[in-house]
Amino acid sequence: MSVAILRQGDYLIASIQVDLSDSQVLELRDDLSERIGRARARGLIIDVAALDVIDSFVARSLGSIAITARLRGAETVITGIEPDVAIAMVQFDLDLAPLRTALDLDEALSLLDRLTQGVGEDGA
Amino acid sequence: MEHEVRVPITSDADLVPARAEGRSLAQALGFSQTDATLIATAISEIARNIVVHARSGEIVMTGIQQPHRYGLVIVASDAGPGIPEIDTALERGHTSRRSLGLGLPGARRLMDEFEVETDAAKGTTVTMTKWRPRDELERLRARRRERA
Repeated sequence: MSVAILRQGDYLIASIQVDLSDSQVLELRDDLSERIGRARARGLIIDVAALDVIDSFVARSLGSIAITARLRGAETVITGIEPDVAIAMVQFDLDLAPLRTALDLDEALSLLDRLTQGVGEDGA
Repeated sequence: MEHEVRVPITSDADLVPARAEGRSLAQALGFSQTDATLIATAISEIARNIVVHARSGEIVMTGIQQPHRYGLVIVASDAGPGIPEIDTALERGHTSRRSLGLGLPGARRLMDEFEVETDAAKGTTVTMTKWRPRDELERLRARRRERA
């Protein structure tokens, strides 16, 4: 399996296991959009550490996953962007505006906790 | 130390081995992890350009050695319809089909040298190079090998 998708409470965690082709990235987008509804997830974490590079296509696809997830009621946090990949993304001048990122899984979980706070049934 | 790696490109699945081969050749030539990632990212873009605009083509990567530097030369060629208005295509933000204008200009930013030859009759060839200086120790070792 190229992407392991786990459920933890209100969140889905998609952990990419190997470098993905463009088609696999698009399959992941469709799969996640469907799973968010099925799991009634309010948050989505995508771990991209196994991707070899984040080029224009992958960056744009991650952005569209995040927007799709929001339309389905979930916030997205990307985690696992390695230092060399980050440098390449900056040099590339990619538009990363739609992407929220966290250094690791723990950070991603606490960011999602903050983002989804007060949205649930207990208001606050 | 002239090694050459050829990767045929016939579908988006071929981008995965193209990136991996580029990265390992870059590392074999002593490029840093960051430079290897810049190179792999640029390869990914020009390989996708082949798939989107020409369907199939080939990427040839060659490691070269000069007295004061190492280079990785990457040539991506296809027999597709060529890129009309190549100067516009190389400007950031130019949009065409799926490429959304970041591919070629992005690859150019990541490499040291970048050249596109395109012709409706002959197809498109992108040649791009990344250099890394040879340090004093490497030059010294090479001289010693020559004397031995």
